[in-house]
Amino acid sequence: MAACSVEQLLAKAEQEEAEKLKSVSVHKELDLDFDVGNLLACDKNRVESRDFRQQKKEDFLRSLARDNTQLLINELWKLPTEKVEEAIVAKLPDATTPLPREKPPPKPRPPTKWEQFAKLKGIQKKKKTNLVWDENAKEWKRRWGYKRANDDTKEWLIEVPETSDPNEDQFSKRVKAKKERVAKNELNRLRNIARAQKVKVPGVGLTPKAQQSKDELSRAVSVAKTSTASMGRFQDRLPKEKAPKNTGKKRKFEPLIGDFSNEKQRQLELLKVLDSKKPKLDVTKAVNKQMREDDREEAAAKHKKGAGKKGRKGNMQGKGRGKGGKGGKGGKGRPGGGKPGGGRPGGGGGGKKKGKPGKH
Amino acid sequence: MTQLDGVVKPKTKRSKRFLESRAPKLTEDVKTTMIMKGGNTSQTVTQALKDIYSLKKPNAVLYKKKNITRPFEDSTSLEFFSKKTDCSLFLFGSHNKKRPNNFIFGRLFDFHVLDMIELGIEKYISLSDIKNSKCPEGTKPMLVFAGEAFDTDNDHKRLKSLFIDFFRGPTVSAVRLAGLEHVLHFTALEGKIYMRSYRCLLKKSGCRTPRIELEEIGPSFDFVLRRTHLASDDLYKLAHRQPKALKPKKKKNISHDAFGTKFGRVHMQKQDLSKLQTRKMKGLKKRRGEVVVEEQDVQAPKVAKVES
Repeated sequence: MAACSVEQLLAKAEQEEAEKLKSVSVHKELDLDFDVGNLLACDKNRVESRDFRQQKKEDFLRSLARDNTQLLINELWKLPTEKVEEAIVAKLPDATTPLPREKPPPKPRPPTKWEQFAKLKGIQKKKKTNLVWDENAKEWKRRWGYKRANDDTKEWLIEVPETSDPNEDQFSKRVKAKKERVAKNELNRLRNIARAQKVKVPGVGLTPKAQQSKDELSRAVSVAKTSTASMGRFQDRLPKEKAPKNTGKKRKFEPLIGDFSNEKQRQLELLKVLDSKKPKLDVTKAVNKQMREDDREEAAAKHKKGAGKKGRKGNMQGKGRGKGGKGGKGGKGRPGGGKPGGGRPGGGGGGKKKGKPGKH
Repeated sequence: MTQLDGVVKPKTKRSKRFLESRAPKLTEDVKTTMIMKGGNTSQTVTQALKDIYSLKKPNAVLYKKKNITRPFEDSTSLEFFSKKTDCSLFLFGSHNKKRPNNFIFGRLFDFHVLDMIELGIEKYISLSDIKNSKCPEGTKPMLVFAGEAFDTDNDHKRLKSLFIDFFRGPTVSAVRLAGLEHVLHFTALEGKIYMRSYRCLLKKSGCRTPRIELEEIGPSFDFVLRRTHLASDDLYKLAHRQPKALKPKKKKNISHDAFGTKFGRVHMQKQDLSKLQTRKMKGLKKRRGEVVVEEQDVQAPKVAKVES
């Protein structure tokens, strides 16, 4: 009796279990595709249009939706859960459905001219401390901005240099110089943007400068003259004024019939260039290229050496300098920079001279 | 944004922050939707637009005035509006004799129309027509697509992708299980697309997973497909391109087999088996003239199973 009842009980329990499962399980011919990260399910099964017509439309759609949702919920309930603030939360995996982005991925900022140069020469950024010691106020102050240390705009007295004009206002001179520097910086910023976007750099002809050369002045005059509605056609010339130089090329044509030997010579020269397999050597370009290469190698070597020798230690020093250097005028910074600095004057000077041939 | 990008510098921190929020990002924000109506709209279309707005609410902008544009003929004004409000999804409703009760679902990439699909409303039941309790605002819906057309037909495939993009809501890392209330069900059948919105009731089933009962809450639509404007394959691919920084870094020396077992390659010194002390038995005693097979033993233990 007892054994029988146990068997019966077991069978009953099994049946109950099956029934329970029945209420949450759904049979489909093809399995659904789930993207649990998006709470998404795709049912690829054919929807029987006969059933659709026979049944009431809304009821059919609802029963279809119920089955699909049940499957999705079953899938969701399998996810690992945790309790956050009295609520049971399921962790979702990443979405797998590829969807287009809203905007293209961000591009890295193109390097400025200085950054390019610094990379070529192996110059590394140095972190400056925010606070510096102000001797006059006997206080730590910010390096820049409002209430900065050693503020030269707040001085009430400026010594007139011996070489300068005694009637000149030194205060306004300083203000003007500052404005010029700001303007120059802004111009360089715009140039960098133009260079990055490969647009023609604007306003190359007349850049603000502290001291304009004779050449630049004459160009400024010619630009000013042609900046009229009639492109300077009706502008009078001053007495003794020379015609502006370098204002575009004028096309020249050879006479149709005339110097045959000259023409022959030119054609032959052209053919010679075309015929020879060797490319024509542009000496300035080649020299410039070589020098760049040298610089790059030197910088790389220096960088490597620094990294090998100092490595992390060098960085630590830099940090330490930030604290220790406040009082000591940054004197500590010197010995570290002495070595690369020692090699620099020669290289730097050379660089300046070298810069010229490629400038045109 | 424009070709003058970066030329005019932001003058205040606030404007700088604003520009940064609009700039392209590595991981993007939730796409916002603009919902607007054309020159003429019927009552149906106006109500339907409002209902869709209420489904999408925190991430949508509802334009109240008429905008006399035809997106399929000239999408410049749409692109302009998208730039204004930083929206990359749009829904445009209109009504005329040739195309009564017309919806245009679309999305933009980089402020240019990527794809848009025109759907005609055949039948519409509003959110307010069905009198019962609704889902709270901003619930992330479960999306279900049924019908083989969504997998076979090209237009339907794109429409599915568009609907997922449109209705999926914010991307989240975790979801409250009791809060899974809203179901959007799309059925493609006999050339029509039935969109139904249900509230999902979790009933006790006796086991861990609950039994689901559905209750229709509206809005529900019967759509027919009209015109489509799909992106070219190149552009579509470009829009899908993920930045390199987002791709997961490949871990070295770890592989998985078909059953999901993790294998790790472990490098170790060559074992000196000559000094290995084994059990001494008479039968295993070394006989003269026999070569001990050592090499196989050395190579075998190189790949070791790692329990994980």
